[in-house]
Amino acid sequence: MKRATNTRVLTAGGLVLLVGLALALPAIAPDSATTNIAVFTMMYVGLATAWNIMGGYTGYISLGHAGFFGFGSYALGLLLARLAIAGGYTVFLFVPVAGLLTALLAAAVGWFALRTRAATFVIVTIAFMFMLQLLAENLTSLTGGGAGLGFPNPRWRGDFYNIPFYYAMLALALLALVVSWSIRRSKFGLGLLAIRDDEDKALAVGVPAGAFKLTAFIVSAALVGMIGGVYGYYVTYIYPQFVVDPLIGISMVLMVFLGGLGTVWGPVLGALILEPAQLWLAYNYGASRLYLVLYSAVFLLVILLMPQGILPSLGELIARRRARLAGTVGAAP
Amino acid sequence: MSLLQVDHLSKRFGGVVAVDDCSLSIPAGGITGLIGPNGSGKTTIFNLITGFIAKDEGRITFKSHTIDGLGPDRVYERGIGRTFQLARIFPRLTALENLLVPIRRRGLRALFARAGWSDERTKAMEMLEFLEIGHVAGVLGGSLSYGQRKLLELGAVMMAEPELVLLDEPAGGVNPALLERIADRLRTLNSRGTTFLIVEHNMSFVMNLCSEVIVVQRGRQIASGKPEVVRSDPAVLDAYLGA
Repeated sequence: MKRATNTRVLTAGGLVLLVGLALALPAIAPDSATTNIAVFTMMYVGLATAWNIMGGYTGYISLGHAGFFGFGSYALGLLLARLAIAGGYTVFLFVPVAGLLTALLAAAVGWFALRTRAATFVIVTIAFMFMLQLLAENLTSLTGGGAGLGFPNPRWRGDFYNIPFYYAMLALALLALVVSWSIRRSKFGLGLLAIRDDEDKALAVGVPAGAFKLTAFIVSAALVGMIGGVYGYYVTYIYPQFVVDPLIGISMVLMVFLGGLGTVWGPVLGALILEPAQLWLAYNYGASRLYLVLYSAVFLLVILLMPQGILPSLGELIARRRARLAGTVGAAP
Repeated sequence: MSLLQVDHLSKRFGGVVAVDDCSLSIPAGGITGLIGPNGSGKTTIFNLITGFIAKDEGRITFKSHTIDGLGPDRVYERGIGRTFQLARIFPRLTALENLLVPIRRRGLRALFARAGWSDERTKAMEMLEFLEIGHVAGVLGGSLSYGQRKLLELGAVMMAEPELVLLDEPAGGVNPALLERIADRLRTLNSRGTTFLIVEHNMSFVMNLCSEVIVVQRGRQIASGKPEVVRSDPAVLDAYLGA
C-alpha cells in the first residue's frame, strides 16, 4: 500500500516536472534550430501515442496512418482556402474540424479494414494509404496535385515563428496522452488489450470486439489527422508524397515498438529518443536520409534484444523479480 | 422449465456432417453433462450455441428468446458464458485484470468508467479468493500454471453472472486434487443459481457432478437422463465400446 502511494506521488511529481519543462522549453532555448527539433519531437510524441491507441492496445498494426496524417493536413488546408481564413492563431481553431473529418474517413476505412485480421489488416491499411496518395496526386482541381497546396502565411517572424506551432503540437501531444491514459484505465481499454491477447476469447466474455476496434481506430486517426493539420500549417505548403509519406507511418510505429507497444508512456519514450536523433543526423549529415540506417539498426536491436520494447521489458524484469521473491509464479494452485 | 432449447440443429463442414438434426433441452438450475465419443460434435454444438460458428439449420432459444444469428459477445450479453477445451486466458493481463474484462453491456458510462473501480474490483478479488488463487492477483496470466489458468478462466466467465455456462472439458489436463476443487466450486456456483452444461471425457467427474447427462454420437442425441440410467443404456455402451 505504502509502495503504491509512493509510486503515485513519484509519478505525479515526474509528470508535473516534465510538463513544466515542456512548457518552459521555448524560454530556455528560444533559437529556431532547437524549437524546430522540439516541434517535430512533440509532433511524433502525439503521433506515436495516437497510433498506439489502435496498434498498441488492440494489436492491429496499421501501416497506413500516414494516410490519416496527410488527409488531416489536406482537410485543414482546403478548409482554410474555402473559408478564406487568414494566417494567425485563428487557424488553430479549425484543427478539431480536420480531426472530425479524419474521424469520418477512419470510420469508413475501418468499417472495411477491420473485417480482416493480422497480416491482411496491415496490407489493407498500406493499400489505403497509397490510394489516398494517388488521389491527392490526381485530384488536381481539389488538392493541387503535384504542384502542392498552400496554407495561409502565419506572419510570425524570426525565432518566434516556431513557438506557436510548438505549443500547438504540445497541446495535441498532451491531448493524445490524456486520451490514451484514460482509455488504458477504462473498461474499454481493458477490452482492447483483451482483443490484442485473444480476440475470440474476448468475444466469449462479452467484449464487442468490432465496435471497440472501430472506436479505437477512429480516435487514433482523428488525433493523427489533427496533428497532420498543424504540420501542414507549419510547413505552409504540402505535397502528396511528403504528407502521405510511408516513412511518417513507419516512424510512429517504430517509436512505439522501441518505447513499448501497448503502454501509455512507451510511445513518448520512443519518440523522445528517435526523433531528436533523426533530426540530429539530418542537421549534421544533410538530407541524405541517413536516419533510415539508424531506424533499421534500432529496429533490429529492438527485435533481437527486447521485442516488447523498453518499458515492458523493464516492467517484466521487475515483475519476475517480485514474483520470484514471493514464490508464486507457476506454483501449483 | 427449459433454460436452453436446441431444435433440429445441423452443421456441415464440406462433406462432413458435424451436427445432424440435433435437439437438446437444458433445464434451469442443473448441471448437465454432454458426453460422446471423440468427433461426436460436442464442441461444435458449443460453438453453435455461443455464436462462434453459424448453423446451417435449426433453432436455438435461450430463456424463450431465439439467439439465432447472434455473435459470441451478444450471446454472452444474453447470459450464456463459455470456456474452451484448452484454457484460454489473456496472457499479458494480470489475473485480476482477466476478471475485469467480461462485459454484459450496460451503456457507454460503464465502458468508459475506470476499470476495476470499487465494487467490480472487490467482486473480482472475492472470486479469486473463492477459487483459491487470490495470491496470484497481480501476476500476468501467461506466467500462471495450467491449473491456475483453468480456475482463472472459470472465474472470468462467472464475473458477469451468466445464467448458463458451457464448460468445455473443465477436467482436461488437471490433477486429481484440483479436479476435486473444480467440482466443489461448480457445485457451489450451481447452488447460487448458475446452470452448467459440461462437455467432459472424464466419466467419473461427469457421473459424480451432473444431475442429468445427454449423450451424442455423430452429431445426434442418442440418449439422455439421470447418470445412472444413461450409464447402462445399450445405445450409449454401443457408442463408446463400438459393440
